[in-house]
Amino acid sequence: MLAYLIRRLLFAPIILLFVTFFTFVLGHYGPGDPVVILMGQQNNPEVVERIRKERGLDRPLLPTLENWSVFPPALSVQPGQYVDYIWKVLQGDLGESSTLFRGQQVSKLLFQKIAVSAQLGLLSLLIGVSLGMILGLAAAQNQGKWIDPAIVTSALFLSSLPIFVLQPFLVLVFVRWLHILPTSGWGGILDPRIIMPAIVMSLGPIGIITRLMRSSTLEVITQDYVRTARSKGLPELAVRIHHIGRNSILPIFTVVGLSLATLVGGSFVTETLFGIPGVGRLAVDSFFARDYPIIMAFVLITAVAYFIANLIVDIGYSYLDPRIRLN
Amino acid sequence: MQSEGRPTSTTKIIALPDRRRGEGLATLALRRFRRKKLAMAGLALILAFYLTGILAPLLAPYSYSAQNLDASFERPSAEHWLGTDRLGRDMLSRIIWGARTSVIVSAMSVITGTLFLGTALGVLAGYLGGKVDTLIMRVADIFLAFPEILLVILIAATLRPRMIGVIQNFEDATGFKGLVESGAADYFLIFGALSVFSWVGIARLIRGQILSLKEREYVLAARSLGASTRRIMFLHLFPNTINLLIVMVTAGLGGSIGAELTLSWLGIGIQPPTASLGVMIWENQSLSQLQTHPHVLLSVITLVTVVFFAFQIFGDGLNDALNPRAR
Repeated sequence: MLAYLIRRLLFAPIILLFVTFFTFVLGHYGPGDPVVILMGQQNNPEVVERIRKERGLDRPLLPTLENWSVFPPALSVQPGQYVDYIWKVLQGDLGESSTLFRGQQVSKLLFQKIAVSAQLGLLSLLIGVSLGMILGLAAAQNQGKWIDPAIVTSALFLSSLPIFVLQPFLVLVFVRWLHILPTSGWGGILDPRIIMPAIVMSLGPIGIITRLMRSSTLEVITQDYVRTARSKGLPELAVRIHHIGRNSILPIFTVVGLSLATLVGGSFVTETLFGIPGVGRLAVDSFFARDYPIIMAFVLITAVAYFIANLIVDIGYSYLDPRIRLN
Repeated sequence: MQSEGRPTSTTKIIALPDRRRGEGLATLALRRFRRKKLAMAGLALILAFYLTGILAPLLAPYSYSAQNLDASFERPSAEHWLGTDRLGRDMLSRIIWGARTSVIVSAMSVITGTLFLGTALGVLAGYLGGKVDTLIMRVADIFLAFPEILLVILIAATLRPRMIGVIQNFEDATGFKGLVESGAADYFLIFGALSVFSWVGIARLIRGQILSLKEREYVLAARSLGASTRRIMFLHLFPNTINLLIVMVTAGLGGSIGAELTLSWLGIGIQPPTASLGVMIWENQSLSQLQTHPHVLLSVITLVTVVFFAFQIFGDGLNDALNPRAR
């Protein structure tokens, strides 16, 4: 167990290095010069060059040897932009936004936006998990009847549909005809404007959880220990909660655990569509503005979040089901 | 990692009650599938969609980009069956051409990503094991560490100008004309980015399947008869993953149609004026237009909804027919 943990933790920095390096290189060779975008219309080549120099954007990407000579012996190492970036990140400095929120601390920005995305994500996860579990149980208990495939197919179908395809139908029904929901905007978790995006976002987890809950319930109810529990006269409710419930919930745990990572990452589409100032929206915006410090920080933070969520899921699994050995 | 730890259901020999004497598993699956009316309907719809895409130049009554500003937002009529959009472009023609984009991108990315890359890497990792396995799976972990479709977005957005440059050189060198104008660069870019991303899931699944298959007696028998590694891999192991592969290809087609929609909707995929269903949804999604001219958007999102529903019911039927034990 401990060895497994250590191995996972040792591998983490390698993944993070690869992920950040890949993003860094793509950003470096990608189109659009952030400094030119920043200057806008009146970009003076000299000024652009000066700003590039000030920000160190003219330096090589990777470590290189400079000014070396054999006689007199001299050598200096230019660490390059990437190493500098990683070094700063290790010191807790994610840099400053270069174009979108010029001069603001990226860490502060991200923190604000994550707070927004996390509220939305939490609410939609709550809706998704509870509805998904109810639907999955209902499907399993109606196995063999038409209700079972109807529930599973429609749940999966709805979760496969892109959110922006679903939204117009909802707007037409709830906004235009019924006039009961506001369309877009943000006012925190207690504001009615969160309802529609939360529902739309919950459909993803609903589909997966319904299917998982159904199959795991079906597997559990045929187990010997369930029959034993019933035959020794335990009340049906106790059997359902302690014997069926606890064991069929195991796979759900994975989905919920992994979804915790999306609380940090937000959602590109939902947040853009409903005008929610969260991380996903920030990532898309900074993408178009070539704000690489923000993009890098976003990639880094979400990758860390996914890694932690994965780890928690694996460890939680072996705790909930002692038959599983981590290796 | 995760998948290794979980208990796999013990292999049981299950009699196939509806299997006829001397009937092969393929004909059995086909017969089972043809019994499912809903799944057959799904298949018919998908085929119709793909045929529409392939035959777009013959079917579309107008060009996808021909504007007529005098006839903007026309209601459906004999001349324009689905009406016209803001620029007076015929919606039916645009939808047909948009279907072509979906068809090209999904087919290409599934062929390269799922069928070619994913299967080959999965079989290699599963059968060879050891260092090859570790290498392939660690690379997969890195790809999985990127949140959502961020990697696809990064690749698509940063490499676009380079891709156009390459195609222009190709045009100059060979004398082909009109490739850049036809949006070929966008197609290549999107399906390239999608295939880079989409091999991971299928490779992991195939690897898992191969890991369990290679312990079977028939592989041992083949090896003891002196069969080469390549022969075992491609003649003994690969054919037994075909069920899984068919299901994954179906899911992959649906998934990449969705991914293309999302990328184009975000403004990173297919660029206007090339018709793409994602771009068309984005263009017509404003709230005011949904109030005044809902028919423009409704025709597009209805088509998308129907296609996704078709994929869902087809996939469900396929799954039932090919993996009767997975019920």
